Amino acid sequence: MDEFDSLYQEVILDHNKNPRNFGELESATHKAVGHNPLCGDYIEIFLKVNNNVVEDVKFKGVGCAISKASASIMTTVLKSKTVNEIKELFERYHKILTSKPDDPVDTNELGKLSVFVGVREFPVRVKCATLAWHTLMEALEKKDSLYTME
Amino acid sequence: METKTESLKFDIKKKKDFDVQSIRKDFPILERLVRDKPLIYFDNAATTQKPRQVIDTIYNYYLYLNSNIHRGVHYLSQAATTEFECSRNIVKSFINAKFDEEIIFTRGATEAINLVAFSYGETYLSEGDEVLISHMEHHSNIVPWQIVCSKTGAKLKVIPIDDNGELILDEFEKLLTPKTKIVSIVHISNSLGTINPIEHIIERAHNVGAVVLIDGSQSIQHLPIDVQSLNCDFFVFSGHKIYGPTGIGVLYGKKDLLESMPPYQGGGDMILSVSFEKTIYNILPHKFEAGTPHIEGAIGLASAIRYVQNIGLDVIFDYETQLLQYATERIQEISEVRIIGTAKNKASLISFIIDNVHPHDVGTLLDRDGIAIRTGHHCTEPVMRRFGVPATSRASFAFYNTFEEIDVFVSSLKKIINKFK
Repeated sequence: MDEFDSLYQEVILDHNKNPRNFGELESATHKAVGHNPLCGDYIEIFLKVNNNVVEDVKFKGVGCAISKASASIMTTVLKSKTVNEIKELFERYHKILTSKPDDPVDTNELGKLSVFVGVREFPVRVKCATLAWHTLMEALEKKDSLYTME
Repeated sequence: METKTESLKFDIKKKKDFDVQSIRKDFPILERLVRDKPLIYFDNAATTQKPRQVIDTIYNYYLYLNSNIHRGVHYLSQAATTEFECSRNIVKSFINAKFDEEIIFTRGATEAINLVAFSYGETYLSEGDEVLISHMEHHSNIVPWQIVCSKTGAKLKVIPIDDNGELILDEFEKLLTPKTKIVSIVHISNSLGTINPIEHIIERAHNVGAVVLIDGSQSIQHLPIDVQSLNCDFFVFSGHKIYGPTGIGVLYGKKDLLESMPPYQGGGDMILSVSFEKTIYNILPHKFEAGTPHIEGAIGLASAIRYVQNIGLDVIFDYETQLLQYATERIQEISEVRIIGTAKNKASLISFIIDNVHPHDVGTLLDRDGIAIRTGHHCTEPVMRRFGVPATSRASFAFYNTFEEIDVFVSSLKKIINKFK
């Protein structure tokens, strides 16, 4: 498996084609719009947060396979997690994606998100794999906001 | 498919003056491998590769000639000055300007447009005036005018484009009024490939008394340019798009217009004399070339122009048109692909989108096969919005590309589409 196979592995292609939790959440308590003007990627995240715990999440938008799959897989790991647990998870995820290709990785730390480890071989694509997460953080912090990737 | 390739190759072989394989030998980078595959460079609209002749010129400049130009009394300075000014003369002849001093060296087309926008625009625009651009401009021919309009109170007007990516000329006629003071138009669109009818536009704009700037960033490398017969007031281009170095560009302006414009930047070389009470500006072209210029850039650009002239732009355009036709036909075989930009007159670039595959994924996976294309909005966000797409993939061809490379590109595209099925 070369770095391209690892970037576009089956799980990612599957989530790109059949994104989970895709659509709007009518009972949302928090939402945010994320935008990467450089590539035109656009995402909306809807969250239902109760007592600091994410009870439900949905997203919609357009983007490349990496950005869509990362949003889809993200929505599958958020439910029942506290806001603090989510923030810690994003920190670990972000740290690994921006680490050097040879740095050791503990994939157990990431669980399902470990399919994105291959992204660190492609520094220009890190933004694709983190747009949904940055937008999620905005939603959690400000309840209703617009995030623009720089 | 083989037969189609063969028949087109046969056409090319009939042209004895064009032998793509021997031309490829002039471009050392084309010999390299990318990801263990032979490089297929289809990103020529972003920047072109450099022939050995240009690389040697720059190398030799630093080996034997490096010196600051103008006012030096020593041998090297005079020799470098002569080379630099010769380069200006080569540019002048290349675009058939009337005078050497109508050629101003800039950092690129972007700086040349900014120079005109700020020097000419700020001087001559006032409230109620209008600047006319088109919907297919590169950001570099939008933003400088927005800035100048907001400073002067002039209004920016935009000529719309149709679904093929052609200017709607009837709308252009309606937008053109005595209020129109500047028309600034791209000759060839970098994201659609459309060749605009600039002769017509220049003539109509002159009828209402407007001056016309032509952005030749994508035409200088494909078409013969004659600024006198075009009768444009300004013409700009970048050296690196015509097989020369980066960081050098050209502003052509009619002499009387350039003379009537204030300096764009202050500094050395653009003055005749300086005192704290009064500074007298230098004559053209030096008035617009403050500071030590990009000497080896200008000399390298002249070398690139000589290289292109040697092949002949008409021969280049012929061959590139055949590449375009062949690539268009081959891409149209794939039902999932939609070409964005289907103007009747097109230069050798193809913007396209693929159902269910984002351009960035297309670009990354083509790269796996050593194929370099560009993906994104190509600094033409209004064009992307006009066609309702966030981004496109763009393959742009130069005369060193081959029909075989297009075949490899098309089979790579098919492979990508299958992967996403």
